Amino acid sequence: MANIPEGLKYTETHEWVKVEGDTVTIGITDFAQSELSDIVYIDLTALGKQVKQTDTLGTIEAVKAVTDLYAPVSGTVTESNGTLNDSPATVNTDPYGAGWIAKMKLSKPEELEKLLDAAAYAELARKSEHH
Amino acid sequence: MKYTPHTPEDKRLITERIGVRNIEELFSGIPKDIRVKGKLNLPGPASELEITAELEKLAASNSRPICFAGCGAYDHYLPAIVDTIVSRPEFYTAYTPYQAEVSQGTLQFMYEFQSLVCRLFDMEVANDSMYDCASALAETAHMARDITHRQKILVSAGINPNYLDVVKTYARGLNVPLGTIPLKNGTTDLAVLKQMLDDQVAAIMVQHPNFFGTIEPMNEISRLVHAKNGLLIVSVDPLSLGLLNPPGKYDADIAVGEGQSLGIPLSFGGPYLGLLTTRKRFIRKMPGRLVARTIDSNGKKGYVLALQTREQHIRRERATSNICTNQALCALAATVYLAYLGPRGIRATGEHCLAKSHYLARRISELPGFELKNEQPFFKEFAVRTPVSASSIINAGLKNNILAGVDLGRFSPEWKNQILVAVTEKRTRTEMDRYIDFLKSEFGGQ
Repeated sequence: MANIPEGLKYTETHEWVKVEGDTVTIGITDFAQSELSDIVYIDLTALGKQVKQTDTLGTIEAVKAVTDLYAPVSGTVTESNGTLNDSPATVNTDPYGAGWIAKMKLSKPEELEKLLDAAAYAELARKSEHH
Repeated sequence: MKYTPHTPEDKRLITERIGVRNIEELFSGIPKDIRVKGKLNLPGPASELEITAELEKLAASNSRPICFAGCGAYDHYLPAIVDTIVSRPEFYTAYTPYQAEVSQGTLQFMYEFQSLVCRLFDMEVANDSMYDCASALAETAHMARDITHRQKILVSAGINPNYLDVVKTYARGLNVPLGTIPLKNGTTDLAVLKQMLDDQVAAIMVQHPNFFGTIEPMNEISRLVHAKNGLLIVSVDPLSLGLLNPPGKYDADIAVGEGQSLGIPLSFGGPYLGLLTTRKRFIRKMPGRLVARTIDSNGKKGYVLALQTREQHIRRERATSNICTNQALCALAATVYLAYLGPRGIRATGEHCLAKSHYLARRISELPGFELKNEQPFFKEFAVRTPVSASSIINAGLKNNILAGVDLGRFSPEWKNQILVAVTEKRTRTEMDRYIDFLKSEFGGQ
């Protein structure tokens, strides 16, 4: 069973969000990284840009598939995790820690309310697993 | 090879299996008014003997005039070794298997092709080839936008108009705004370029030597575009690189070229070979296939397709390019050609082109009514203002077994009295003197 820590917010598209004041840290969930398997490249095209919730932040490349990373909230993408340029597989080994992908400055804090909590995301991941 | 049609029994089984009564029902979704009516307008069946006779008749209508035409496709010498190696059945008949790594020999020559092109261009990365120079250049527009996140592409008026047509076609589909930088005295106008460059320009495209054969001021162009953080895309003649600085020397970000000059016959327009090179840090934005060398689990050297996640079959609609193939056989020809000539051979070929084209240009410009369009340095091709229309010179030339050049009036009505003349290492003094004698006798020279 995938690791789904309490205290984070989650999206239906398998991103996690950690809130600290008006800044959020974003990554992909343990479930998402295990579905993708070996991640080889992360392209954060939205770095420095203003985005709306559900906009594409960039793409995550695994050996056999490429998936989009979506903005869990609206705001400005302020930072990318530079260590992933050399070791993108950190997203596989430590998805909630050293494998974080981007930081954003929130423009609509109320959007956080609509995100999933750990229990709701666990239910979503459980259903996705059966496909 | 036999043509094997579906028998009535095949058709019955197929339609039954997919649950339609007959072929008519299968096609019912296609509106009647767009279907072909009656029989196709094709000749009847013919025997092998009859077909051979027909093809020989067609082949006999070819003529082989002495070629002074270029404009992107050049009559360079084809060393016999190229055809000998390319014609080996291991290369000639094989199609890349879908498990590409099964064909280690194919991957190895592709890797060597990439390595040779990198060395020739002095660039960090070369892909496994594109269809031709035009498609390679067109792909770079999208690549540059993807790298810079800027929209606009500026194109020098010195780009081959045939290439520009393809660039425009790609640009239209991708909504790329294109601007044209005019020429001044035969080369890209640096003052206008400086005005046109702003922080929206993703890249500029320059051809070097340009469409009229003239050598462009690449160092200055490079400095101007890089000062605005745009990319420099250059299209070069690979056989000029034994003499002219390669793209890496003037800091090009993306460099393309037409590989036809490297051991590939003219063949009425194709297949040709697109060369595409770039910086290592842009490798993920580069279109096309890429072969890498690695070590297998037993420590043995092996070759694999690398970075396939850039490509359409994995990235799908997010891919930056739809090319999912390469010109393998033409790339092999270029590999053999480059390996056979080596750096000294490439340089010597360039020196011949340079010396011979300058001899002919000087002789032509001495004829009354003929003058060079530009006074700037050129490599192997030059444009000439002519006292009569270029088309009339070309027509008269063909009667004398001389292909006198390319009529520039095909590209712009104001250039109808201009002819583009190319001289490769194959042309002899005798042939060039014959050209001069022909111009003298037909068009009023002394």
